[in-house]
Amino acid sequence: MTKKNTHTGEFYQRDRYMHPPAYAEIYKTSVPRSPKQALISIENSLSEITGPTFGHNDLGELDNDLIKNYAQTGDAIGERIIVHGRVLDENGRPVPNTLVEIWQANAGGRYRHKKDMYLAPIDPNFGGCGRTMTDEDGYYFFRTVKPGAYPWRNWVNSWRPAHIHVSVFGTAFAQRLITQLYFEGDPLIKKCAIVNTIPDQDAIDGLIAPLDMNAGVPLDCLAYKFDIVLRGRRSTLFENRLEGN
Amino acid sequence: MPQNLNYLRETASQTAGPYVHIGLAPGAAGFELFEKELGQDIVGPNAKGERITITGRVLDGTGSPVRDVLLETWQANAAGIYAHDEDPRHSEVEAGFSGWGRVISDFNSGEFVINTIKPGATPGRNGATQAPHINLWIVARGINVGLNTRIYFEEDSDAHASDPTINLIEQLHRRDTLLAKKTGENTYQFDVVLQGENETVFFDV
Ligand SMILES: [Fe+3]
Repeated sequence: MTKKNTHTGEFYQRDRYMHPPAYAEIYKTSVPRSPKQALISIENSLSEITGPTFGHNDLGELDNDLIKNYAQTGDAIGERIIVHGRVLDENGRPVPNTLVEIWQANAGGRYRHKKDMYLAPIDPNFGGCGRTMTDEDGYYFFRTVKPGAYPWRNWVNSWRPAHIHVSVFGTAFAQRLITQLYFEGDPLIKKCAIVNTIPDQDAIDGLIAPLDMNAGVPLDCLAYKFDIVLRGRRSTLFENRLEGN
Repeated sequence: MPQNLNYLRETASQTAGPYVHIGLAPGAAGFELFEKELGQDIVGPNAKGERITITGRVLDGTGSPVRDVLLETWQANAAGIYAHDEDPRHSEVEAGFSGWGRVISDFNSGEFVINTIKPGATPGRNGATQAPHINLWIVARGINVGLNTRIYFEEDSDAHASDPTINLIEQLHRRDTLLAKKTGENTYQFDVVLQGENETVFFDV
């Protein structure tokens, strides 16, 4: 039995009990967009255990600062916050040098997107997207403003809780994940159909970022902590049966 | 009580939503922010092999095109090598070849276009060979967990007969849902059907 680097090798099976099912009646758009046939489970090949890598050259200086990265005449309007945390795998190991991308509505709940017609105003100084790479310890941070809640068409009076969309790569295509960050204490979380597609309360709690006073900057901004866990790889192999070597 | 295993649990997925473009393809959302939008050039200038274009649409259970979908592609080069250090041959990959791409559907027609090279066959498990394929990951509003599928190429039917993944699909007619259809010299058509008749085969990887 060999102890392996846990950033190589095959992945643990994804726990489908804690992910939302494809079909969730309460989230109406999922009804016509959900496969009805069972997924075919395939054992990992090179196609799954490899994936794209990114370098700091791909990113710009202000990419992780949403208060400044679209500023035209001044800072973005809203409650100034830091969002920070670590990307880990299921083995508890940090995932270094991986790309984290976020997008969000502005403080009034309006997206800078040609499809968003909500009556809250566009903030001329806020784009609403950011990206960064984790460091050697899997740590990442963004500076932004707290997004506003916004209405959406599901039931007649459906509102999304304040949230930030988060996309993470990890070290292989099989770890690819998009999720949403919610904020501690938001009463809309419980009422949200999209949140409630997740069947497992612990899994929902795992998407709620706690207020982290220690990570804020006095007289400047508050902070919320959001750790992200990606699938783990098998750390021990009795024999290496992968890919022809 | 036995000991605790102390594994963490994977973070739950949530839909990418209708505004996924803001974060992952801001040009399409209607503004310029990043100096460099990622995933726009899959193969780079030095890639060997056949340059191909795959066009297609993602269709929902009613047959309507999904017009706010985002797809990511991941593939080997023409020699069947992935640009990633877990591929033992990765140092042979052409400079500038990433193998990863990001495309979105047209907001009106729902059509997406993938410009790439045709990948080579790749090693499978236990000495098997995988027929040339592009790995596809699909997210959109209404898709709660990103969907994984593969694009194979219809002309490779001999290689498909021994492809370990294709052979896992019990219903023979469903295997055809993974085939890109040749429409010209270097062009293919590949539609994804999310639900219903001819539903595309999706994988739990
Ligand atoms: Fe949103």
